[in-house]
Amino acid sequence: MAASRVSCAAAASYRLFLGGRVSLARRQGVWKAAAAELQTGAVFQILRLRHTTGVTTKKNVAALRRETYTVDFIKKQIEEFNIGKRHLANMMGEDPETFTQEDIDRAIAYLFPSGLFEKQARPIMKHPEQIFPKQRAIQWGEDGRPFHFLFYTGKQSYYSLMHEAYGKLLEAEKHQNQLQAKGLFSEKTKDLIGSRWLIKEELEEMLVEKLSDQDYAQFIRLLERLLTLHGGVEEEFVQRFRRSVTIQSKKQLIEPVQYDEQGMAFSTSEGKRKSAKAEVVVYEHGSGKIKVNGIDYLLYFPVTQDREQLMFPFCFLDRLGEHDVTCTVSGGGRSSQAGAIRLAVARALCSFVTKEEVEWMRQAGLLTPDPRVRERKKPGQEGARRKFTWKKR
Amino acid sequence: MVPAATVPRLLGAGVWPRPLRPRPLQSATPGRARPGGRTLAGAATPAVSGPEDSADISDKILSEPLKHSDFFNVKELFSVRSLFDARVHLGHKAGCRHRFMEPYIFGSRLGQDIIDLEQTAAHLQLALNFTAHVAYRKGIILFVSRNRQFSHLIETTARNCGEYAHTRYFKGGLLTNAPLLLGPMVCLPDLIIFLHTLNNVFEPHVAVRDAAKMHIPTVGIVDTNCNPCLITYPIPGNDDSPPSIHLFCRLFQTTINRAKQKRRQMEALYRLQGPEGLGAGVQGSAASPSLGA
Repeated sequence: MAASRVSCAAAASYRLFLGGRVSLARRQGVWKAAAAELQTGAVFQILRLRHTTGVTTKKNVAALRRETYTVDFIKKQIEEFNIGKRHLANMMGEDPETFTQEDIDRAIAYLFPSGLFEKQARPIMKHPEQIFPKQRAIQWGEDGRPFHFLFYTGKQSYYSLMHEAYGKLLEAEKHQNQLQAKGLFSEKTKDLIGSRWLIKEELEEMLVEKLSDQDYAQFIRLLERLLTLHGGVEEEFVQRFRRSVTIQSKKQLIEPVQYDEQGMAFSTSEGKRKSAKAEVVVYEHGSGKIKVNGIDYLLYFPVTQDREQLMFPFCFLDRLGEHDVTCTVSGGGRSSQAGAIRLAVARALCSFVTKEEVEWMRQAGLLTPDPRVRERKKPGQEGARRKFTWKKR
Repeated sequence: MVPAATVPRLLGAGVWPRPLRPRPLQSATPGRARPGGRTLAGAATPAVSGPEDSADISDKILSEPLKHSDFFNVKELFSVRSLFDARVHLGHKAGCRHRFMEPYIFGSRLGQDIIDLEQTAAHLQLALNFTAHVAYRKGIILFVSRNRQFSHLIETTARNCGEYAHTRYFKGGLLTNAPLLLGPMVCLPDLIIFLHTLNNVFEPHVAVRDAAKMHIPTVGIVDTNCNPCLITYPIPGNDDSPPSIHLFCRLFQTTINRAKQKRRQMEALYRLQGPEGLGAGVQGSAASPSLGA
């Protein structure tokens, strides 16, 4: 109890210390208690700064700059983290020496199970360097002279990067001129597929500096100009600012082809749409018959639109009368059942079809499950979006 | 020519912790009593309380260059002929002429103004001498320019002589509101060198006015369309041709490096000789003020 009161006093006095005005009404009680405590003279605990984000009004946001964590504070946090890691390992009965970050995550998830949807709100235990934002140390030495020659511009890392890039551009131009003079000019095309320029947030993180959109655009333009020259040596410099992009289509799962007793080749797969689930068996050689839950599709789906949905994958691949389909479907309504069967049929067809055709199907959207579900009704409204009738008077 | 307010600031150069604003000459280093102030000519204060050897040596080091008119021999770095070859005398057309540049203009040929190189040489000598003194006293020198053509060259020059450059967009309160923009205990430059006094829209650079507000002395190359009023040591000359700017960058770089080398030499000399040999050391160095390379 005493500890919580002292900590409240510390938190309140932190705000006092910074001159921030506490605006929330529920903190008034704490404020008064803290004021009383101050007057009684419990001063020795108060100056211990708590690095909590204080409650601020709009006026104080400009005055309260980013929290600065001293080097000693970060070091202490790292020591505490290492000690805590060993304690955790002992608690879980594992070897403290070989306790990795994944083990820590698993242990925390086990000891503090949380049902919160927001992943970042769940309890975490990570190295302080990943939690506390990277900050700049003091930029000048004992004699007052700044370390970096572009310190007085304000954005020293960004401008020094621009300076370096421009220097490389000049060298590349000189090199190119020399080659052209000698007549050894050769066309070289650089392969940049599969990578992208890093985004502004990534560049800000790399430089530990705030950038504006124009700065970022200027930098990317400079790098692209550097790429157009055939300097050759600057590839590593430019590659530092490119990130690879994994192409989604390579992750498509293709089901294996199975063979039944008569030696007929077939393939099974599943599909879902809203709450309808379908399981489908597609035979490689057939005459285009489709049976749904034992009933012919003409009788099961009286509406033409649903039958068209079933036929669409075959129509897209020009294999309308070549395959036989048997499927079971449950749940949902007529339209969602049709959609579920369509997805399942498309997935099953992947095993009988070439890779390019699979890519075409993926681009056509046949292999993507439809994520749309029914939106819930909200209180104060008649439906999900429909509001009650508005009456002027 | 030197405004009176810049003198306390300059003489405070080399003293740590540096005052952000010109404070009265109270030395912040403990154990150093400075009963009088320094005079303009730089004669050492007569009464020093207590036999402080380090205080004596540093006083000697700082006062020695002030007894000579050209301690660093900057005259030999250039000549009127070399300025002419670098096209420093070429100004803008007569229509662009600034009224206050008329004293520095020799004449006008086919509508183009020609700058008087005799005056340029004199101003350049004063400016380089001043720069050398500031560099000798370990002052912070900031090169400012807003001409994109020479931005890379000026930044390289600054890096090569161990000083600072600002050839980018100049944020509003950089000098006048430095504690907010740069950090709480930041030190402002002790000298600002303008290689181009105008910005990209042909208006006077904001730093000229701000430096005058913050009592920071300035050296600047003023072309025929520039305003030389607020600049402490103007150098009338061409700021648009590449050979001219290359020459000026070379001159500033050589001067600053020379001054720093001289400072290192003087410190080594006095440290070796010790307090007894101070008198002999002073005479020895006064005989040969010029450096070898």
